Amino acid sequence: MNALTETLGQKLGRAGGVNLLPLVVAAVAFVLIGAPSSWVTLTVAGLAMGMMLFLMASGLSLVFGLMDVLNFGHSAFVSFGAFISATVLAGLGGWLTADSWVLNSLALAAAYLAAICFGLVAGWFFETVIIKPVYRDHLRQILITIGAMIVAEQTILAFWGGTPLSVARPNFLEGSWIIGDVSIEIYRAFAFALGAVVFIMLYLVLNRTRIGLLIRAGVENREMVEALGFRVDRLFVGVFMLGSALAALGGAMWAGYETLITPALGGQLMIVVFIVVIIGGLGSIEGTLLGAILVGLMTNYIGFLAPKLALASNMILMVAILLWRPNGLRPAVK
Amino acid sequence: MTLLSIRNMKTDIGQYAVLHDISFDVPEGGVFVLLGRNGAGKTTTLRSIMGLWKPSPGSVLFKGEDITSHHTADIARKGIAYVPENMGIFGTLTVDENLILATTSGRFDPARLARIHALFPALEQFRDKQAWSLSGGQKQMLSVARAIIEPRALILIDEPTKGLAPSIVDAMAGAFREIAQTTTILLVEQNFTFARSLGRDMAVIDDGRVAHSGSMEDFAADTALQDRLLSLSA
Ligand SMILES: Nc1ncnc2c1ncn2[C@@H]1O[C@H](COP(=O)(O)OP(=O)(O)O)[C@@H](O)[C@H]1O
Ligand SMILES: [Mg+2]
Repeated sequence: MNALTETLGQKLGRAGGVNLLPLVVAAVAFVLIGAPSSWVTLTVAGLAMGMMLFLMASGLSLVFGLMDVLNFGHSAFVSFGAFISATVLAGLGGWLTADSWVLNSLALAAAYLAAICFGLVAGWFFETVIIKPVYRDHLRQILITIGAMIVAEQTILAFWGGTPLSVARPNFLEGSWIIGDVSIEIYRAFAFALGAVVFIMLYLVLNRTRIGLLIRAGVENREMVEALGFRVDRLFVGVFMLGSALAALGGAMWAGYETLITPALGGQLMIVVFIVVIIGGLGSIEGTLLGAILVGLMTNYIGFLAPKLALASNMILMVAILLWRPNGLRPAVK
Repeated sequence: MTLLSIRNMKTDIGQYAVLHDISFDVPEGGVFVLLGRNGAGKTTTLRSIMGLWKPSPGSVLFKGEDITSHHTADIARKGIAYVPENMGIFGTLTVDENLILATTSGRFDPARLARIHALFPALEQFRDKQAWSLSGGQKQMLSVARAIIEPRALILIDEPTKGLAPSIVDAMAGAFREIAQTTTILLVEQNFTFARSLGRDMAVIDDGRVAHSGSMEDFAADTALQDRLLSLSA
């Protein structure tokens, strides 16, 4: 019996191991849902949500992996990204509704770029002013980053007010593709594709460049990288800025996905983002992607099958995975 | 000529005073051995030299320059390499990636790489393997190789023979002898036979203080002193 489970485990490992979990979840959901067209819609929504969660979570995961920094203020970048891009889109309303996909995409690109630039600058400021004084002190990190998050939320409230803000979508991303009796929202497919492109770029930087090599090594053992002659603290500023920019981009995409946003958006998403990071394994972007896709799919399937369980399902997923693999599905350190 | 000089070093870790008063001089060339019982403060001494703990008061002079308050990375750049007790291997990186990371330029100097492969053939055989899958001895070789992939003036090596099979310990001794021809080694060692065969000068640390220093030859001849400073029962 033992030998049997072992060979089964090996076979599974060769076939992709934990990477197959989303497929398993999707297959089970297919049976439970019954209606293929609903299943496709939910799966696309889950994948899109997963990719956006990945953007929000990847920075958090790397930041923790590299410097052991717990940043509860990360959600501020998500919220600001959402509101800034919504404002830019509103300002470029003419381009958005124009009957030209060139103008449409220019408006969208401007909105995303604004969010990314904000993330870079605010990330630099946040790291230098707020995080740097509390390296290696988790309690103070928690207190000061939560404080910063509250300040950020109030700032958004002061600038944009508390009433929900509606977000314009570019014309060419409105509507759905209809294939038979299956309908796929174009914006969701777009969000998935854009997230996938960012993941691939991030993957290539981490696995094909010297900076990426330093980051991966630093996640495993920061002291040793320093003992080899590299200033991990300086590298960390860059990683923090990048992570903040990705979170802001994730927020910007989320705004278009929800189409109605409130200042509480970042805070609400943060619980899910932390679950993603913990499930995936701290410090690994492959793990973060896996966690994000799982959470995205589960949220949508459960939201359809048992709406009352929607929030609890992510918690249950996290507990189950941690019982099975205490360091997450794909921890960065071996 | 003195390469490294430790002056009245006192190191606290958190609220614990670990090193009370450490002073010794490492001359240029050859192997200098630091001996001492478990918990005496040998690892803490190496970490303090490397800037991973900050001694105060006390100073570390390298080639006459006070490096005590320098950042670890800057200390490394001055020509000091560190092979820690736990080897500090990056397990998810390949053997070659571990090595290339330790170069300043990001490229191998072919002659140095060839020399490393001659010293440790396993590192050539498994160059594309992830380092976590290596055996303990191979990991130790990789850690040492990383320290010599660039020219360095001084290598700090912490208990490299711990847990290794005797045949690998012999190979390690051979490698150290060759490395010591061009680079000074500050070796922390519990295995006295191994230490004795390599060391020219030595010091014994006991309870955070230097209890003895001198030539290895004299220390090896004085079994009473060895018993007093190194035996487990004392
Ligand atoms: N991180 C640490 N925190 C608290 N005490 C430590 C730490 N590292 C070492 N010590 C203590 O410092 C003393 C010396 O340790 P160490 O330098 O590792 O000894 P050695 O390498 O000679 O065996 C020991 O008593 C050890 O318990
Ligand atoms: Mg030790």
